[in-house]
Parts: sequence; C-alpha cells; structure tokens
Amino acid sequence: MNYIVNASTLIIGIGNEFRSDDCAGVAVARVLRQMHLPGVNVIEQSGEGTVLMEAMTGADAVYLVDAVSSGARAGTVHRIHAHSEPFPRSFHCYSTHAFGVAQAVNLARTMNILPARFIFIGIEGKNFEQGEHLSSETSSAIQKVTALLSSEILSLANNNSELML
Amino acid sequence: MRKLSEGRVTLMNDKTIKVDYLARVEGEGSVFVKIKNNEVADVKFKVFEPPRFFEAFLRGRNFSEAPDITARICGICPVAYQMSSVHAMENAFGTCVDGQLRSLRRLLYCGEWIESHVLHAYMLHAPDFLGYQDVLELAKDHSAVVQKALKMKKIGNDLVALLGGREIHPINVRVGGFYRVPAKKELLPIAEKLKWLRDAAVEMVRWSATLRFPEFEREYEFVALSHPDEYPFNEGRLVSTNGVDINVKEYEFYFREEHLPYSNALQSVLKERESYQVGPLARFNINFEKLSPIARELAREIHFVPIVRNPFKSIVARSIETLYASEEALRIIDEYEQPEKPAVEVQPRQGLGFGCTEAPRGILYHRYRIGENGVITDAKIVPPTSQNQRSIELDLRHVVLENIAMPKEQLTWLCEQSVRNYDPCISCATHIVKLDFEP
Repeated sequence: MNYIVNASTLIIGIGNEFRSDDCAGVAVARVLRQMHLPGVNVIEQSGEGTVLMEAMTGADAVYLVDAVSSGARAGTVHRIHAHSEPFPRSFHCYSTHAFGVAQAVNLARTMNILPARFIFIGIEGKNFEQGEHLSSETSSAIQKVTALLSSEILSLANNNSELML
Repeated sequence: MRKLSEGRVTLMNDKTIKVDYLARVEGEGSVFVKIKNNEVADVKFKVFEPPRFFEAFLRGRNFSEAPDITARICGICPVAYQMSSVHAMENAFGTCVDGQLRSLRRLLYCGEWIESHVLHAYMLHAPDFLGYQDVLELAKDHSAVVQKALKMKKIGNDLVALLGGREIHPINVRVGGFYRVPAKKELLPIAEKLKWLRDAAVEMVRWSATLRFPEFEREYEFVALSHPDEYPFNEGRLVSTNGVDINVKEYEFYFREEHLPYSNALQSVLKERESYQVGPLARFNINFEKLSPIARELAREIHFVPIVRNPFKSIVARSIETLYASEEALRIIDEYEQPEKPAVEVQPRQGLGFGCTEAPRGILYHRYRIGENGVITDAKIVPPTSQNQRSIELDLRHVVLENIAMPKEQLTWLCEQSVRNYDPCISCATHIVKLDFEP
C-alpha cells in the first residue's frame, strides 16, 4: 500500500529514564529527534494511556517505541502492526503503566480512532530496576531500532516523492 | 443494595486465593488469601517499593532538585510529589508562599485530582460495578461514556500542562513558587472547558450514586489534612476521625512504618491503633463542610453524607471531588491576578523540613534534612498507598470472611475490587502482580 509520509507522522518514545531498560523508547525518540526526519514529529511520553490516545489524535501514522518484558530474549525487537495484529497479553501484563500502551491502543481501535498506520516497536528489556543501568542488550537494540526507523521513514518519503513527480 | 454474601455459609474445601497480577491498578501489586476451615488464615497485600530508591537518590542532591526528581516517582500524581517536596523545603527554610502563587498551586492540584479521579472512576473502577472485565469491554457497549471520560480527563491534563509546563512530570514547579506564571488571558480558554467539566462532573456524581454497592463497612480511622478555610490540598493540620489533630511536623511521632517480610513496601500504621485510611473518603468524611455549596448539596441529594464507611463507595467520593476541583479551579481563575514575580525569594538553611499534601489517593508525607549549601542529606517519603496497605489487608480479610461461600472466581474478583477501592498507586511502590491459584 502506498503511504504518504507527511507532517502527520508521529514518533512516540515511551519510558522512564530512572528505571534502567525502561528508558529504551525515550532513548530512541531522542536520537530520532536529532535527525530531523522530514515531516516527522517526535515526542516523549511516560506511557499513560489516555494521554497517549490524545497525542496520536490527528496523526496519519504513528511509530510508538517502548520497552517490554514478555519473556523473550533481552534485546529482542518486536514489531506489531496494530490494525492487523493484537497486542500480546504478555505485553499487557508486564507494562508498568496502569492504563498503558496496550490498553490505549486497544481502546483506540475499539473506538475507531486509531491512526490509519500504527506501528508498535517493543524492545525487550533485561533490567527494570530503579536507576540508570541500561543493559548492553537494550543499548544495542536501541541503536538497531533507531537505524531501522530512520531508514524506513526516509525510504517511504523518497518513494512518495517519486510517486508525486 | 446487593448483599455481599447470600445464603448460609457452607463448609468449603480449604483454598488459597492468590492474585499475582492486580489488574486496573496503577503499578503492580499482589494479593494472597488463605482460607482454612472456613476461616481466613492469612491475608497479604504485597507491593514493591520504589520510593526507597528515591530517598537514597535524593541524598547529596541540591534542595532545588527535589521537585523534579520526586515527580518521577509517579506518572499519575507527579504534582503531589512536587507539592509535598516544595512545602517541605519551604518549611525548612521558613519560606512563605502566599497569595496568587498559593492559589496557582491549588489550581495545579485541581488539574491532577481531575485527571486522576476521572481515570480511576471511569476507566479502572467503573467496570467492576457494571460487570465488565475492563474499560475495553465497557467501551464496546458504552462508547459515549468512555469518550466523555476521556474528554474530562484531558481537561485535567490540560490544566496541569498549562501551569506545570507538561502533562506528565511538570517542569514549572520550584521551591518558592514557579518558574513562570500565566497571564490571566492564558487561563480563560481552559475556564470555558472547566465549565463544561463542572456540568459533566455533576452528571458523574449522580451516575456514581446509581451503582450497586456491596454492603460492607468497617470502623475505619480516617486521616486527612484539615484546614479552617478550605477543602485541603497543600496545607492544614493532620486530623483523624478518632481524635488525632497534629501539626504535620509531628507525623513521625504518631505514625510509624513497618517492614513486613512478604512485601518490599513499608506499611505505615498509627502507633496507637494500627491501620488507618487516607484518600477521598477520608477527606470527604473530615472536610465535608469545606466542600463547595453545590458539591455539598449534591452529596445530600444522593444521600452521601459523613461518615461513609463503605470503601466501595469511594467512587462516589472521587466523583464529588472531581466536581469540587472543577469549581475550585473556576473560582481561582476568576479571582486570578498575575503576580509580579513567579516565585518568592528562598534562603536555604540547614535543618529539617516537613511537608504533607493531599495527593489524589491521600496524604503524601515528605521530610528532608538539609545540610550545608542546600544539599539534601536525608529524605523520607511516605506515599498514601503505603499508608492504606494495612487497611486494604483488613478489608480483604473481612470481605473474604463475609463471603466465604462465594465461588472462588467471583470471590477473587471481589478481592481485586476491594483493592481497587483505594485506587492504589502502586507505581509509587511498583511491581506487576500475577494471578496464581493453588488448588
């Protein structure tokens, strides 16, 4: 499906920088913000679900990055197309947010207000203890996700530019 | 009203209820209940304790960093942490924040109460009373209700963002006041939203009164701030329904913390009488006459007057406080005049400082020792949820005892609902709870 990357593409980094690997989403957001990707807005959030729902209102596309703890190997990068794939219950249970990411996405879908394109990137964390102790696995995953997302967004933008010529 | 248990108690096999994952609470907590010979043999409400990390983290930091650091303890009630910390520091330094700056602090707190209470009442607690597993199920049948709740909550978030600079972990609060204060005209747009919210809150109160509540009561000792002139947010004496009436600085003479082996969180108890309850019911019972006239009138209309001892009715108290907060916010905005300076001058000095403010879930106590050059040498933070832990456990014990013949699945849900009555902010003491049954 052709997709237009324009000013309504939103990258949301979720996390708490004082809970070790839980900072992953925020870390990705901060790197991507510095890249000044064309037509992309980058924000950070703590993951509170209702604020998240409000933030993505009006966006055509959302990339949401957050740490997860599902039992997979640390550093694993999960990718979910929210319109076609449900959030695993394991993601739900291990969220540190009361009404968090999974609930917000599911509720937005139920209420037909989920943006047309919604990609969730989950970085499997190893350590969620208090402090600023980023694991090497998560650090590597952050770099990987940053590279993948910037490449994908630039590629989509180039493809759309060609289509419009 | 629906009775909690019907029919005679029958002999049941010994059983254990373990809720390892408490759904629809902020953060994570677990419940363990053991039933033996139709008696409740053991009850544990387990949480883990992040504030202890922050207490250590604060040592060596400058006093001015306390509001921003402690705000990270909780994503739902960061304003409460900021307020308790700045009041404690100002207490240590003999600094007085009054006038419009004081009002702006109350306005900021109004925003937090609104967004926290609406989130809990509609999204986390209401499903229990309406027979839905969660808000997703609720939204399928009642999309308009959920949409309205989201709109109400957003107004609270907008108010916090307007005054605090950000919805989550506000950045505009400092010891002495703020970094920036708004012009009156900046507050007018949100005043229009608050008028809508006030009307929506009136509906919310009436709606909450229609819910079916289990018949359950205990003789609680309720504890809250009490102020001679206002419904409390930031200031007042610590008062209980059993005679406690103290200055905040005497808190540790009357309350102590116990470390129980099964929980990383410290449980706070009254030295003389053990468990007590803080939060909306406590505030409502102690400060009813300080509510706005409309809020009091509406409470009387729905026959909700002190002393309310049914914890399941905390949703009604939250609804009334949402109404009060919207009215108080409108009053403050109406009377607002931009102060000349965003903050008063602060002269740090060595010593002890005490602060206690009313987080949405109840009193939040901070105490700091300040050393040379304004450096924090010691900190103590007691969140409301740790103060309610003992009360939650006792509720569980009595709820189970009174419903011992109930099917296990139903009883488990009732246990979870009993915890949710307190809107526990367990991310102030966080870890996920998993459900685990023993046959």
